Amino acid sequence: MKDFSMSPSPRLDSLEDFPRGSSFPSFYITEKNAGWRVFRPVLDTQKCVGCGRCYLLCPDGAIHQESEKIFVIDYDFCKGCGICAQECKLGAISMRKEGEE
Amino acid sequence: MNSYAFLNGNEAAAWGVRLCRPQVVAAYPITPQTKAVEKIAQFVQDGDLLCEYLHVESEHSAMSCSIGASSVGARTFTATSSQGLLYMAECLPYASGARLPIVMMNANRAIATPWNIYGDQMDMPYVLNSGWIQLFAENAQEALDLIIQSFRLGEDEKILAPVMVNLDGFVLTHTYEKVHIPSQEEVDAFLPAPKPRKHMMNDESPMSMCISAGNQHNLEFKIRQHRDLLPAEELFEGIDKEYEKAFGRGYGGALEGYRTEDAEHLLLATGSVCGTLRHMVDLLREERHSVGLVKMRMLRPFPVKRLGALCSGAKTLGVLDKNLSFGYEGTVFTNVNSALHQEGIPLRSYNFIGGLGGRDITRQDVRSMVRVLEESDKTTEKIHYLNVRCAL
Repeated sequence: MKDFSMSPSPRLDSLEDFPRGSSFPSFYITEKNAGWRVFRPVLDTQKCVGCGRCYLLCPDGAIHQESEKIFVIDYDFCKGCGICAQECKLGAISMRKEGEE
Repeated sequence: MNSYAFLNGNEAAAWGVRLCRPQVVAAYPITPQTKAVEKIAQFVQDGDLLCEYLHVESEHSAMSCSIGASSVGARTFTATSSQGLLYMAECLPYASGARLPIVMMNANRAIATPWNIYGDQMDMPYVLNSGWIQLFAENAQEALDLIIQSFRLGEDEKILAPVMVNLDGFVLTHTYEKVHIPSQEEVDAFLPAPKPRKHMMNDESPMSMCISAGNQHNLEFKIRQHRDLLPAEELFEGIDKEYEKAFGRGYGGALEGYRTEDAEHLLLATGSVCGTLRHMVDLLREERHSVGLVKMRMLRPFPVKRLGALCSGAKTLGVLDKNLSFGYEGTVFTNVNSALHQEGIPLRSYNFIGGLGGRDITRQDVRSMVRVLEESDKTTEKIHYLNVRCAL
């Protein structure tokens, strides 16, 4: 998957590294936020036609457009709401319980 | 121009603002602050102050506009009071978190309900935790001087914090005094134009004004902000000394001790009532009472060590609060007791709540305070109310 972060991650090793102020490019500090996901969406690339419906409807912007027809799910930010699976007209996305294959 | 004028507290603060040459003023009028922002508007209208004066529709917008202006590096001033301060409260930590050195005058006024437009300090404790430096003026001259000192303090690159300058509503904002107005050249020399800061917004490289920092980074941001505020106390003292050299008036930095050296009993207060207390200390000294005054000019950051040093020789301390935290006590009292405890000062402290909703604090009230302190062996009650009109 492409690196979608819009600026390099800052090194925040000491208190002095922490900025004084809060005006920065978006995603200056990105923290993974997916810990409460119970079911994860799995995309069947054989069935997917690249319509982009899941990409448009994901409420968290956690589906990225890799190239014109290729979409990938970002599991660092996907909360597992299942909207993409519900909305996919081809049934190309299925929800699977975390911890199970 | 280097002259004297007959000004009330509002006008004196407005003169202080004019001399600081702010680039943006965004304000919404509210009693008893109105005369201050009207006076600034007049300066702008007459061409005496070159700045963008924004007529906003509310205090929330006044602070939001101030944040926007300060975020591109403009020297920014606003003013409010009471309910207006509460309405802008949501925006205050945005200003401090973004490290924007906005200066704001707050005309201390009662909080509804019951509705009341007169002066007390019930509004200030609501925003004590907002990350703003909190300062208090005793008289109109100090209000003018404190505005100038505040821009120097907040804009210092070691600090970068917004500053709230408290003026007691009516007693200070509407009372006229002879005030010295320094010359523009002198103030320009004391307060240079604001320097560009890091993390300023600009057209060329747009940024988000408020990045998020979740549970993995948030704590360190807050610790940094807290620690950066602490040196403001010492810096304020240095600025005050430098101000005294330049203008002939010094106030003692975060705290002033008045006849405290050999005093057994100390009175402590913030704001204009210190004038009454100072007068009463002189009077009571003539009557051989061993009293002194601690005037707190700064509540945030809190001058723990300086307070401890001032109080170390006293037997008792009476803290006059023009506010009441329902269900506990006056907020200055809480803060003072914590500092004394940290410094290991074993004196007995008492809380005097007075002046709420504009109630007078009289010479007789000060005598009753001193009586409580002098008879502290017999006094178990910690909280006393001044000038009450019925039995409690």
